[in-house]
Amino acid sequence: MHSLVDAAVFVPALPLGGFLVLLLAGRRLGDPWAGWLATGATTGGFAAAVVTYAALLSHGEDHRSFTQTLFTWLPAGGLRVNASLLIDPLSVTMALFVTGVGALIHLYSIGYMRGDPDFPKYFLYLNLFAFSMLALVLGDSLLVTFLGWEGVGTCSYLLISFWFERERPPAAGKKAFVTNRVGDFGFLLAMFLVFGSLGTLRYTEVFAHAGQLSRGTVTAITLLLFLGAVGKSAQIPLYIWLPDAMEGPTPVSALIHAATMVTAGVYLMARVSPLLSRAPDTTTTIAVIGVATALIAATIACAQDDIKKVLAYSTISQLGYMFLAVGAGAYAAAVFHMVTHAFFKALLFLGAGSVIHGLHDEQDMKRMGGLRRWMPVTAATFIVGWLAIAGVPPFAGFWSKDAILLNAYDKSPVLWALGLVTALLTAYYMSRQVHLVFFGRERWREADRHDAGGAGAEPHEAPWTMLVALVTLALLSVAGGALNLPFTPKLKVLEHWLHPVFGPTLREVSVGSGLEVGLALGSAAVALLGVALGLAAWRGRVERPALEPEVLRRAWYVDEAVSALVAGPGTEAAEVLADKVDAGTIDGAVNGLAALVRGAGTRLRRVQTGYVRNYALGVACGAVLLLAYAVVRAG
Amino acid sequence: MTVSAGWYLTLSAVLFTIGAVGLLVRRNVLVMFMCVELMLNAANLAFVTFARQLDDIGGQSAVFFVLVVAAAEVVVGLGIIVAIFRRRAGATADDLNLLKG
Repeated sequence: MHSLVDAAVFVPALPLGGFLVLLLAGRRLGDPWAGWLATGATTGGFAAAVVTYAALLSHGEDHRSFTQTLFTWLPAGGLRVNASLLIDPLSVTMALFVTGVGALIHLYSIGYMRGDPDFPKYFLYLNLFAFSMLALVLGDSLLVTFLGWEGVGTCSYLLISFWFERERPPAAGKKAFVTNRVGDFGFLLAMFLVFGSLGTLRYTEVFAHAGQLSRGTVTAITLLLFLGAVGKSAQIPLYIWLPDAMEGPTPVSALIHAATMVTAGVYLMARVSPLLSRAPDTTTTIAVIGVATALIAATIACAQDDIKKVLAYSTISQLGYMFLAVGAGAYAAAVFHMVTHAFFKALLFLGAGSVIHGLHDEQDMKRMGGLRRWMPVTAATFIVGWLAIAGVPPFAGFWSKDAILLNAYDKSPVLWALGLVTALLTAYYMSRQVHLVFFGRERWREADRHDAGGAGAEPHEAPWTMLVALVTLALLSVAGGALNLPFTPKLKVLEHWLHPVFGPTLREVSVGSGLEVGLALGSAAVALLGVALGLAAWRGRVERPALEPEVLRRAWYVDEAVSALVAGPGTEAAEVLADKVDAGTIDGAVNGLAALVRGAGTRLRRVQTGYVRNYALGVACGAVLLLAYAVVRAG
Repeated sequence: MTVSAGWYLTLSAVLFTIGAVGLLVRRNVLVMFMCVELMLNAANLAFVTFARQLDDIGGQSAVFFVLVVAAAEVVVGLGIIVAIFRRRAGATADDLNLLKG
């Protein structure tokens, strides 16, 4: 076989094993050994991913795509789906960062979730999530990917509503689940369409026969898949679940709702790039929706008070960037930003978690301030994350964002301009956040602390398990840009590595090198301008209503509009369906049949008199009739 | 003179009719039971007649089956009738309508 490439099977298998062990013995392991087991399983997955990566490197550049079949999953007539892994540069890149960032967040969670009564259950879900996500990225067919897709959705639901005895988390989990169903329905339809027209669901076969599809079919398939991606990756109009998902534990927000699961949509788009390259209408749609989401989410993030809500809208906005890159045909740039974003956004979320932890569940930034003296490591790492997401060179975010903006400019200067405005807003709201949390007056002293447990307690730095994750992610956020530096083709390591996957589908950027440098300088200048604006506007100030208009605080009233739509026409339509169609027609038919039988029975029972002579008469009449019939026939 | 098959068949039909009419018009279960026996034996007579006429042993064998069935029927039927007499004063069929639907 392919020697060490086979190690890939351990990448999803180890988290699955961890999940099973925790399922059987989680309670007995308890706090913190259940956490260490889960962390070990995910770290083992990371090690297996590294081995696979090294094994792929030993093969020639054009021979780095392997299929590893484990068993036949569904042998059903013309549909034959194997449980097999597709191991190529794209899936291995995804597996590396999912397991790597995942392992760090597992480690962090050991400290963060300490003392929670459901500690083992949390890690059980986390390992199940890791397995599902790896099935998603490593699956060799749409159906295996869909298995992982639903798995991560389920884990997301379970983990958002992890504290189900509180009021809001279960509602938020339900909202996430229901919103995602809309997207999943698109994914399903796309699968039906692919199978209906090509008779297979395996990526390699689908792409090999993509030429047989008419342009309309390809457009329909890609648009439906994009609908799935819109749901999972929180794009307009299905992004409303992600801010609510912040009700879950903060490491979950970092792992699922920032670094990994929400990027599944981007991964899916990158995976089907051979189809997208045949559907220019779809890519334009993707680019427009991506940039619109990026811009609108960034405006909302400017006016949020909850430390996690800012990061949630920021995540939506950054995902918009990735879709902009996909729409511009720059899949390598999208994956690059996905990886760097995983580093710095996980870092920011974990930093926020550390702050929340240190302040005893305070999430309102207006009640923070001056924390850098109390939590020096958290503050330092958070600042690194801030500079990275703001796009200040030479941090990781600058390089990936610049790559996207360059490709957007190549597609359309309008997209580039909107992306640049988003970059400015990003730098601004992150500076606002950093300033409100770590600088300024120590407002947590004067604020009347509503929770009794934290009253009067001073903020404290996080335990070492949390700090290890923070520092590692901070280092990655500084150096992550080195994955793909734009100066010479040789330094574009990631793009070169992914080239066998995207190869012919990548758009060649056709701007001159002078303009390229100009654009990079421009985006750096915009980032610095945003940082300066943010710091200047919030220096010594906490309330600036002019900068936080109600419309932005309420997120453009989108939630209210959706609620009104669902509560008004939606409920009416449901009522019509329930009363008229279901109760009237469908139930009516069933009940009518029952009434008919009952009525016939009531009438027929009179025949049964109980008198022997009646029965005898009946028998006699019957015999006479039969005899008459026989005579008539014979005669 | 020989008695032709027609006579036997006629006798059989008459006996059967008496039995059938008796079953329908009489009220006493014992008499009704006797009527059933009459009908069975009318059928037996027809069987034997045809067996002789057609020189076929099948008809006579059928009679034995009928006799066995009739014997079994007597066992069950008389058992029921005795049970009725033990529970009730008489055995009028029209008083028995417990199985009314």
